Amino acid sequence: MSKIEVKNITKIFGPRDKEVLPKVEAGMSKEELLAETGHTLGLNNVSLTIGEGEIFVIMGLSGSGKSTMIRHFNRLIEPTAGQIIVDGVDVMSLNRKELEDFRRHKMSMVFQRFGLLPHRTVVQNVAYGLEVQGVKKQGREDKAREWIEAVGLGGFENQFPSQLSGGMQQRVGLARALATDADVLLMDEAFSALDPLIRSQMQDQLVELQEKLHKTIVFITHDLDEALRIGDKIAILKDGELSQVGTPPEILLQPADDYVRAFVRDVNRARVLTVDTVMQPPEWRITHDNMERALAEMRRKGEEYGYVVENKEFRGVVTQEALEEEINKPGKNPSLYEFADDSSKVDLESTIEAALPATLESDYPVAVVDEEGHFKGVLNTDEVGSILTPPDEGEEAEGDKTPDAAASDDGAIKDQDPAEDAQKSDKTSVKHAS
Amino acid sequence: MDFVLFPDIGRPIRVATNNFVDYLVINYGDGFEAFSNFILFFLVQLEQVLRSANPVVVLLCIGLLTFAASRRIGLTIGMVIAMWVVGALGLWEQAMQTIAIMLVSVVLSVIIGIPLGVLASRSERFRAGLNPILDLMQTIPSFVYLIPAAMLFGLGKVPAILATVIYSAPPLIRLTDLGIRMVDTEVVEASRAFGATRWQVLRGVQIPLALPSIMQGVNQTMMMALAMVVIASMIGARGVGETVLLGLQRNDSGQGLIGGMAIVILAILFDRITQSAGHRMQAHRKVNG
Repeated sequence: MSKIEVKNITKIFGPRDKEVLPKVEAGMSKEELLAETGHTLGLNNVSLTIGEGEIFVIMGLSGSGKSTMIRHFNRLIEPTAGQIIVDGVDVMSLNRKELEDFRRHKMSMVFQRFGLLPHRTVVQNVAYGLEVQGVKKQGREDKAREWIEAVGLGGFENQFPSQLSGGMQQRVGLARALATDADVLLMDEAFSALDPLIRSQMQDQLVELQEKLHKTIVFITHDLDEALRIGDKIAILKDGELSQVGTPPEILLQPADDYVRAFVRDVNRARVLTVDTVMQPPEWRITHDNMERALAEMRRKGEEYGYVVENKEFRGVVTQEALEEEINKPGKNPSLYEFADDSSKVDLESTIEAALPATLESDYPVAVVDEEGHFKGVLNTDEVGSILTPPDEGEEAEGDKTPDAAASDDGAIKDQDPAEDAQKSDKTSVKHAS
Repeated sequence: MDFVLFPDIGRPIRVATNNFVDYLVINYGDGFEAFSNFILFFLVQLEQVLRSANPVVVLLCIGLLTFAASRRIGLTIGMVIAMWVVGALGLWEQAMQTIAIMLVSVVLSVIIGIPLGVLASRSERFRAGLNPILDLMQTIPSFVYLIPAAMLFGLGKVPAILATVIYSAPPLIRLTDLGIRMVDTEVVEASRAFGATRWQVLRGVQIPLALPSIMQGVNQTMMMALAMVVIASMIGARGVGETVLLGLQRNDSGQGLIGGMAIVILAILFDRITQSAGHRMQAHRKVNG
């Protein structure tokens, strides 16, 4: 269900923005517009659909128009053309009084440099949104205290912002935004001014809070890692135009253009992609507990190993070697379900980074199971390896391949092979050591 | 026809101005007098309180005021001694008259100056129009408007106050404007994002955060008001300025010096009080990351 609908927003900065709008609509570029009219094109025909309860990240470098974009949602900036529809209401049609009311109850905002009122204490800052609404002092401060507690700032109620660290100040900013109970939270580079460690703490806290609150969050950032980490959906802006909108794996695996591709290259993909984006469907499975039959099947198919599954549930892996050894032993054969080795498996939802050790330690593709323990697929070292390799220039240069580019491509491929071999031998040495 | 390099526009201006002032005096004299009496009423009340009060009480009040503003014992004692020196110079009465005129002028300047400063901070156009007027107010010799002012309000204290306000309000207007413009845009934006009305933004964010700058403006206004006392005494305002003026007229350098000393002491006194009040306000006005 869509909560916010952004329709063809165009923003031109300058005194006669409406007059030059037709030129932009006719396809004049940002540079031409600036040279000819002195107007700056901030956003060009941007449309977005943001779903209820989703963390929607708008990403772009400075000058891409992302901060301009977010200020359109609550009309801190007026667009030159276009509409923003929140819960079926066109924000552009509101008069001043209605707009103030809309800002008080529907949307709240967190700022990059926190935007706290320096002359007020923490509790007065957090209560600010409610004060503007006209809530009585006692009521608003009680509520503020609850939110101060919720963001982990209990005990600092009567401090002034200047007495707090950056991370704590932004918690105050977050508490202030949450205290008004608005459905939509706008976060303008909210964590960009913080140290990396504090930033990742705040990201975790936001995701944690979101699990409880289910707000619709529009989050602006210039950091793709951050976008991928917290975003349900990501929109990438470049020079005021939308490059791509998609889920994190879509952005990583199918970058729409060179700009996105260039971004994606430096991302730690292992931390972003989850096992389910990489896993392969299992080629075959053993669905009974008869050892001899399983061994016969394996020999017939020429498989070294097999995955034992009982009613969809993953029970373990057996190798041909182990089966032969066990069958040749005197005495009754145990149940295959019990015999199969279920020590190495990975969770469907876990990141590749988390699944990597199990994948590398195993001699065969690791089984992937879901929450209920059902067998979903296998994770292949080669697949993991290839997905962790960023799309290289080869793809970009595809159209106009110069001999040089082709040569370097070859080189890259050659480089890659020994690396994978090395990975494999690493893997076996690990196995031997254990 | 003969070519004239300098056509005489001075004469028409002079005539027109004189006619205009005459017109005002004849037609609106009552209105000006009512206004004059209105201000005079407050001035006289204040002056009477100050002059009839026991000097010890006044000294105590100055001590309390300094301490409330600065929380510093040393400064408080210093200011009380300074005021005592004024009394010892034999100029207590005159000092009280000067303080009364100065305070009324400052109050009027604040009433006029802060709203104008706020308007200037909001509208580029208003500011562009106001700026040359402020320049004019600060540079035009006081006697130019003292002549019509004396005609309209009569000689004495009210034109003196008017001259003082014209001379001393501009720094307050400019510093209010500057102070509001210097308020962190993100804080203002945050306030707007939470749905604050323009009045709520002004009252809850802009004015409080511009207050150190506004206090600086009040301080400047006080200093300039004190600098005007000698000129004000020329159109009949009593006070320390009159002492200096008498020294000048009687070729009595000593008396001139005594009057000058009293003015300087008063200036220091009010400067320190307003400065330290402004300084203490600054405590939590800035966020240092």
